[in-house]
Amino acid sequence: MPSVVRPRQSMRFVGRSYMAFMLAPEPPIVEWLTQIDEWIRGAGGFFVGRPVVLDLSAVTLSKSAIAHLISELQGRDIRVMGIENTDPAQLGPGLPPLLRGGRPASAEVAEPAARDKAKPAAPPRHEPATLLLDSPVRSGQSIFFPDGDVTVLGSVASGAELVAGGSIHVYGTLRGRAMAGSNGNARARIFCSKIEAELLAINSYYRTADSMDPSLRDRPVQAWLDGKTMMIAALD
Amino acid sequence: MAKVVVVTSGKGGVGKTTSTAALGAALAQSGQNVVVVDFDVGLRNLDLVMGAERRVVFDLINVVQGVAKLPQALIRDKRLDKLTLLPASQTRDKDALTENGVSRVIAELRQKFDWVICDSPAGIERGAMLAMRFADTAIIVTNPEVSSVRDSDRIIGLLDAKTLKAERGERIDKHLLITRYDQGRAARGEMLNIEDVLEILSIPLLGIVPESEEVLRASNLGSPVTLNNPLSAAARAYLDAARRLKGEDVEMTIPTDRRGLLVKLFGRRAA
Repeated sequence: MPSVVRPRQSMRFVGRSYMAFMLAPEPPIVEWLTQIDEWIRGAGGFFVGRPVVLDLSAVTLSKSAIAHLISELQGRDIRVMGIENTDPAQLGPGLPPLLRGGRPASAEVAEPAARDKAKPAAPPRHEPATLLLDSPVRSGQSIFFPDGDVTVLGSVASGAELVAGGSIHVYGTLRGRAMAGSNGNARARIFCSKIEAELLAINSYYRTADSMDPSLRDRPVQAWLDGKTMMIAALD
Repeated sequence: MAKVVVVTSGKGGVGKTTSTAALGAALAQSGQNVVVVDFDVGLRNLDLVMGAERRVVFDLINVVQGVAKLPQALIRDKRLDKLTLLPASQTRDKDALTENGVSRVIAELRQKFDWVICDSPAGIERGAMLAMRFADTAIIVTNPEVSSVRDSDRIIGLLDAKTLKAERGERIDKHLLITRYDQGRAARGEMLNIEDVLEILSIPLLGIVPESEEVLRASNLGSPVTLNNPLSAAARAYLDAARRLKGEDVEMTIPTDRRGLLVKLFGRRAA
């Protein structure tokens, strides 16, 4: 029986970010829970259906204490989707996952009364959206910068990972993984002065080392997207 | 001012314990007051390499937990009175180490010695993290092969993130010690060469220790190679590395066993 070899469809890994409310319990927990109770009484049902992240930086809790706290909150209709700033070892199966890299966001919906006044939104701050790293990115490190470009003045080791919302520039050897345009930016590019990368991705279209032209190895290259195809070309 | 040095690698079997013993002995031979501390709780080896396995009564865990006083656990070397060993426990595991306890022991050792050399266990778990936690300087032991180099790179990343010095915003000194180097195999491309390793890890080189039977022989005799046969190539490499660690300017060479080379030449002629 003749077998048909179908071209494998490439899988797309897409990141997405959401806003969650952050609750930071403070010791003593019992008092803090009473405060929450009072607050809920004032703004009933505020947390219903909203994603909440627990920031445990102010308290040290054992695994069972964390589980207890979460069930206490659940009893108040507060559903915890993730936990920040605790030892990952404390979070076994059955507990929400550890979250990292959270950034404060203005929670405009926090005060329902304020919404009605229809305050004009503050103009967005124009910060230079570039992350500059002046030391090598080591194996096992993961750099996540969804806001813009990442520039590395050194090498990116095998087993290291760069994720940027914009373009990626590596002024050394790129041996690990580089994922540019992670927010759906198809115009992002990847540049490096020497390529030995394990994986390149732009806007979630990726190529592994096996599918790169071997003649490019060890040369300075750039990678960009042409429609749904990733192009890689030497710069020298 | 005492210096706390961690000898680490990520990967196992690259020569951390051998290097700890050899460098510790080399520093003690030059008149420095040295303690070598075994952090490999549960799989201790440094006592064997130092030839002190029959003299262990109390260990690091006993001191960390306050069961014994530090001087009770310290074992002075019989050949070099400036060299001391703080052994690990063989019957416990790494969870018995606490950060506070280790901090207290290291602070106490700082008072008594010029050099505190911590032999890290392999891996990146609790034992290894506590061995590096209070270090001023790190020696990263690497074999010239890809898996060892990548593990070393991971460890360097952790040194820059998880040590007390790094958390205070200071920089921990890092030195690369390449061990088990075989010039012939590197020339034939069967091994990474020194330039490749340095390019990947980009930290300063402390020394290159050639692959040598002397190292194994010394370990089996329970004697650091720098003591057992100071004229062997490996011992000379360690003695040079110890001088560089003290801040001396020593030209970088890869020592060879000249006698061995002659034997090889004669052997070839005879064939």
